[in-house]
Amino acid sequence: MTAAVMATTLSEYLQTADWAFLPLDAVWADAAAAVVHITLLAIFFGLPAFVFIWAERKVSGRIQDRLGPTRVGGKFGWLQSLADGVKLIQKEDLWPKAADAMLFRVAPYLVVVASFAAFLVLPFSSDWVALALDAGLFVALALLSLEVLGIILAGYSSGSKWSLFGGMREAAQMVSYEVPLGITAVIPVAIAGTMNLGEIGSMQSGWFINWFLLRDPFTFLAFFVFFTVTLASNKRAPFDLAEAESELVGGFHTEYSGMRWSFFFLAEYASMWFVSALAAILFLGGWWTGIGPLDAWVAETLGGFTANILGFVVLVTKASVLVVVQIWIRWTLPRLRIDQVMMTCLKYLVPISCFLFLATVLWSLFLPHVACFGLAKGMGERTAVMAAAPRAGDLSAVDAPAVDSVASFSPSGEGRR
Amino acid sequence: METLLFVLFGGTAAVGALAVVLSQNVVRMAFYLVISLGSTAGLFFMLGADFVGATQLLIYVGGTVVLLIFGVMLTASGPFITIKTAPSQVIIASVVGLAFFGVLFLTVLQVDWNANSARLESEYSASSLERIGYNEANVGNTARSLGAAFLGARFDEDLGRDRKELSSGYLLPFEIISVHLLVVLVGAAYLARAKRRVTRIEEE
Repeated sequence: MTAAVMATTLSEYLQTADWAFLPLDAVWADAAAAVVHITLLAIFFGLPAFVFIWAERKVSGRIQDRLGPTRVGGKFGWLQSLADGVKLIQKEDLWPKAADAMLFRVAPYLVVVASFAAFLVLPFSSDWVALALDAGLFVALALLSLEVLGIILAGYSSGSKWSLFGGMREAAQMVSYEVPLGITAVIPVAIAGTMNLGEIGSMQSGWFINWFLLRDPFTFLAFFVFFTVTLASNKRAPFDLAEAESELVGGFHTEYSGMRWSFFFLAEYASMWFVSALAAILFLGGWWTGIGPLDAWVAETLGGFTANILGFVVLVTKASVLVVVQIWIRWTLPRLRIDQVMMTCLKYLVPISCFLFLATVLWSLFLPHVACFGLAKGMGERTAVMAAAPRAGDLSAVDAPAVDSVASFSPSGEGRR
Repeated sequence: METLLFVLFGGTAAVGALAVVLSQNVVRMAFYLVISLGSTAGLFFMLGADFVGATQLLIYVGGTVVLLIFGVMLTASGPFITIKTAPSQVIIASVVGLAFFGVLFLTVLQVDWNANSARLESEYSASSLERIGYNEANVGNTARSLGAAFLGARFDEDLGRDRKELSSGYLLPFEIISVHLLVVLVGAAYLARAKRRVTRIEEE
């Protein structure tokens, strides 16, 4: 049920299998497993930038009644990102005389590393996760908050007023938007009783009425608040005050060129995809198709590996749709002013998310069996049951009073009443 | 493998800390602080305490250092301010630092680590800690017992006991801290509030 730590299983496989040069020593098996995982994650980290930069240009073109890229790679210009990349590699890597050269050169790497590290804890399917941490969601949010630091450093160290303003806006915006981001992310955690992303996803299996989005009216609203806040945390329009090309030239990346400049965008598009995948796991049923019998049929007749592939495709589709919505919003809405950005967060999003959190918790307390407006039976029930009896086999080993006290720890408060 | 990673993280933390002390530019100091604190978080991750490691990253790196740089941006009079330290300050600081290092070093030497770990193993090998939670045994079950302890339930102590003997865990300190933070928040909001001038409409 739960995704095991994949590195452990792969390295265990390398230590036990018996063909060619296998089995390996423990150290080499660990190292080989780490290399495999890092390579896979690097591909998933780079692909969003490759695909969605093209999609951004194409969608923006269509929205503005233009064609967008058409030349590179056939009819739709789908190799445009490759051409962009080749162009950017060839550009001169320079930094201004007024800049703090060391910080200026390090800042893009900090952004990329933080964004990449967040992918470590993201489950791509029910069993495909590099690190199945118990505090996975918390670790992901903590790593995403590091990305901001790189952008602030870039803005400060450029030695340019445009960059400094961009960095300051980013800092002010992020320090405020992390509050509603954390609170709305805690709502699914409060329902599921765990911060393990794999667990949160696996609780939404079955028909789509089991998704946390449809659990009660408050989680339905919480998804939209979460999505809005992730727009701001990725400094996407209408919250792209840090770049604001009409007033700040390029904001924090005004002075950057070549690959260092493109690192910022690599990280931005990867983070866009990452938070969309996070939203899909937290609210939209993760890697489940939403048709319960289909998932069960695939897992039973075609095997677990095929089920994982299906889950991967489903999660990637959900996240990509959300990214396209982000692009759509960017080319539709005008940019907010900085005071409007702060007001949206502090006067509206923080109180709304606090209210939604409280309401969801109260709903779980008083109406634990009413999920999906009463249509779906079982989400609250199942959460309580899963919390009280994690694994049947484990409980047989624990004596009866222990079972009693475990039941009294259930997050839905069933045992406490 | 563990030793290699420990040397890597520990060394980076130490070098980062030294660089914080030796650097003279405030924002560079903040950057070295990020390196040092991030490596410390790496040490926590290595020990399997992912919740503590993530807290380290979120609060110190994502919160404190960002606020530090933000403060510098808002208050600095010119670009890239540097701090010059007088020789007397260097001497005093190094004496205090060396004394503190000596105390720590002697303390570390005096603990019998082997006996301590043997005692801990004998205490916890019999407990049912790994069986609680959704996960496979030994797989990342690190946050749940901590969270339960904050809510007043100690999995490591209370399991199998009678209900009347249950401890309250860390519930009281947790609540005290949250009330304290609430007071600080209210105070900060009061101090930062825009002062509105009350103008009385005087009667003619």
